[in-house]
Amino acid sequence: MIEIAAGLALCLLALSLAAAVVRGLSTASAFVYGASALLCLVLAIVGIWMLVTQAAEAEMRIPVGLPWLGAHLRLDALSAVFLTLLGVGGAAASIYAIGYGQHEHEPHRVLPFYPGFLGAMTLVLLAADAFTFLLSWEIMSLLSWALVLTNHRADETRSAGYLYLVMAGFGTMVLLLAFGLMAGAEGGYDFAAMREVERSPLLAALVLALMMVGAGSKAGLLPLHVWLPAAHPAAPSHVSALMSGVMTKVALYGFIRVVFDLLGPVEWWMSVPVIVTGAMTAVMGILFANVDSDSKRVLAYSTIENIGVIFVALGLALAFRSNGMEALAALALMAGLIHAMNHMLFKSLLFMAAGAVLNATGRRDLDGLGGLIHRMPKTAVLALIGVTAIAALPPLNGFVSEWLLFQAVLQSPKLSQPGLQFLVPAAGGLLALAAALAAACFVRFYGVIFLGRPRTDAAREAVETDRWSLTAMGGLAGLCIMAGVLPGGLIDLVAPATEMLLAARLPAQANNDWFTLVPVAEVRSSYSGFLVLLFIAISGGASAWLVHRFASRKLRRAPAWDCGFPNADPVTQYGAGSFAQPIRRVMALMLDANETVVMPPPGDMTPARHTIRTKDLAWSRIYVPLIAAINTAATRLNALQFLTIRRYLSLVFGALILLLTGLAIWN
Amino acid sequence: MQGYAFDIAHMLAGSLVLVSFMMIYQDRIYALLNTFALQAALLALAVAWQAYTQNAPHLYATAAIALIFKAMIVPWALHRVVARMGIQRTVETVTGVVPTMLAGMGLVALSILLMLQLTEAAENALAREDLAFALSVILLGLLMMVTRRNAVTQVVGFMSLENGLILAAAGAQGMPLVVEISVAFSVLIAMIVIGVFLFRIRERFDSVDIEQLDAFRGEKR
Repeated sequence: MIEIAAGLALCLLALSLAAAVVRGLSTASAFVYGASALLCLVLAIVGIWMLVTQAAEAEMRIPVGLPWLGAHLRLDALSAVFLTLLGVGGAAASIYAIGYGQHEHEPHRVLPFYPGFLGAMTLVLLAADAFTFLLSWEIMSLLSWALVLTNHRADETRSAGYLYLVMAGFGTMVLLLAFGLMAGAEGGYDFAAMREVERSPLLAALVLALMMVGAGSKAGLLPLHVWLPAAHPAAPSHVSALMSGVMTKVALYGFIRVVFDLLGPVEWWMSVPVIVTGAMTAVMGILFANVDSDSKRVLAYSTIENIGVIFVALGLALAFRSNGMEALAALALMAGLIHAMNHMLFKSLLFMAAGAVLNATGRRDLDGLGGLIHRMPKTAVLALIGVTAIAALPPLNGFVSEWLLFQAVLQSPKLSQPGLQFLVPAAGGLLALAAALAAACFVRFYGVIFLGRPRTDAAREAVETDRWSLTAMGGLAGLCIMAGVLPGGLIDLVAPATEMLLAARLPAQANNDWFTLVPVAEVRSSYSGFLVLLFIAISGGASAWLVHRFASRKLRRAPAWDCGFPNADPVTQYGAGSFAQPIRRVMALMLDANETVVMPPPGDMTPARHTIRTKDLAWSRIYVPLIAAINTAATRLNALQFLTIRRYLSLVFGALILLLTGLAIWN
Repeated sequence: MQGYAFDIAHMLAGSLVLVSFMMIYQDRIYALLNTFALQAALLALAVAWQAYTQNAPHLYATAAIALIFKAMIVPWALHRVVARMGIQRTVETVTGVVPTMLAGMGLVALSILLMLQLTEAAENALAREDLAFALSVILLGLLMMVTRRNAVTQVVGFMSLENGLILAAAGAQGMPLVVEISVAFSVLIAMIVIGVFLFRIRERFDSVDIEQLDAFRGEKR
């Protein structure tokens, strides 16, 4: 199995080189995307096969890389879960891209990097030593950076790319430190050696903190998220789908691999920062999504929210594990893993829908769209499934994972530390807030884009997207429904991963009556997506039948109620800003929101202006001072460049004396 | 015999440090060059004594190299350079002699403290003392480079630093000749390179004050 997986990764990397060669051909993009889709499908099959057969872990060593280390690869249940995720997400994005590629203006800017990006992510999931892991991680970062810069002529894209490059470099450096600490003095960079090392609690805490910074900066954890809403939307839509849906999950994989597998047991208090950061990330992410008016940026902010939710789940799993409650830890970890899987499904779907809209209208600003349900009915239906799933409404898949997470939150009184007993319900409250805000956010997202009347000519003349794109979105929507209605299968599929990490798993769900989910048998809380679907189908069908049976069949058309002011201008509709206003006003403090109204004096004919500005506090409070400090330090140190030879010698001499003195004292 | 050998080696190494101090308070360039020649001669003696006590004939070669190159050729060449270029005969210092001397004493104290601590495991008392003295000479050479403005005096400081290195190398028993020769040659080459540079600097700026170079680097301070 592992040979196949490694071979697929290499094939994807080789496909990148091939794409660089054949990029001039007219069929190049269909060939590259088609081959990527096939390889990704095989990858997903490998992952699922590994999980279904519960095959033993496989390792292999390739004699490349550091001479004494080589490249260790390993395929176990955790890798298989994420390989499945990567395979499905990659295949969907590639199929979508076949259609997208037909009207790509400069395919050579995307094609050579796209398969390699997928291949590098595969290698990250397979790596079993720090060197291979970091190398693949860095390749993944660099190739995605190149993809972000596809549309490099826009200033916005260039600054986003620069920010992303800086943050990615910083993240990798922190990961390097984390692995260095874990390897210890003997330098065992092999994961197998890292598992054996005994660590002091302080060291373990330090590694955990470094992992939160290193993996969190890639996943979009507060306050390291600033690059994400800039970089993810700047890429072409299928790449945005991959970055948001899959690459953030690869970052999560890195965190889970280190913290749950390599690090060994950790103290209970180490779960606190994970839970707190996760909950804050969830709330802040979705708040920003609620007030932003760019369709793809809204989705990127919502990715931040979902990452926060998953981190809360991981923190809960840590808390339960440190208390010796492996079964509950498995429940929390399962919630996190399932949510990661679900988020890949619906976020990819939504990015693709946003991409289809962008293609059809050329616009990303919500206030330039509207009424697209008439022009793009199929996309509209698929996007509706996506927003229902992401808003965590039953019977779709988003509800399942959030429900599982809340089941874990409700078990918090069993924890023995009073601090956690207070903290976890509070975090649960924040999660509930985030879930409600997510629903509000996606009502706004869907309503402004697809409902109402078109606000611009571009929206008025949009045409339905191509068949390939619809196929990809349809597949993802189908999986969203499947995972929501029959969640037991997905849970049983992922269970070997929790068994491997925690030596505990949820009870098998496949044979429950009515496809019911019973995560914790003794509590008897259960949920059946199938029954909910059945109920919705029966009640909805019955009402429809009743209405059609007894109501008049005659079609009537009447003007929409317009508050008594018959104004036909579509701008008078409820827009993105109107939807955001209540939340923006209530949360003005956290969003640093600022409204200014300029009224012209009487007699002046200029229109009144209402300007709204929201700012990311993380940016203005952390990054701006940080950048200023770096600039100041650089300006000060600049003088060092113009010293005399004698002063340089003095510097060297002084440093030498300082070190020698330090040595004398230290001894 | 053993104690006797130790005493003489100790005295020679100690006098190297002493001569380093002498170099710090010279205020004439010719006097400085003579003092440097004295240090090199002392180094040759010290190395020869090591060769005799360690019964290592190849160290005689090192001693001869030190005597011929460092005690004769280099001072003579520098004398000629100074004479031909008409360099100012006084040594231009950055700070006064007294603070420099005090700093030098501090450096000697530091190196003795450090070396005696670090080499506690070593059984050979001679090697330990030798290393401490050698480090002192090296640091004093650096100190001289840092506190002098004139390029010639910097060259002397650098050569004196090399003396310290060779002293350390001779004290450590069983150093192969190849290493010593390469050290000696590197010193010679450094000497040639620096000498060439001196002429070049002089041709351009009519001075060998290295502060003059700064304006020429194309960047304003």
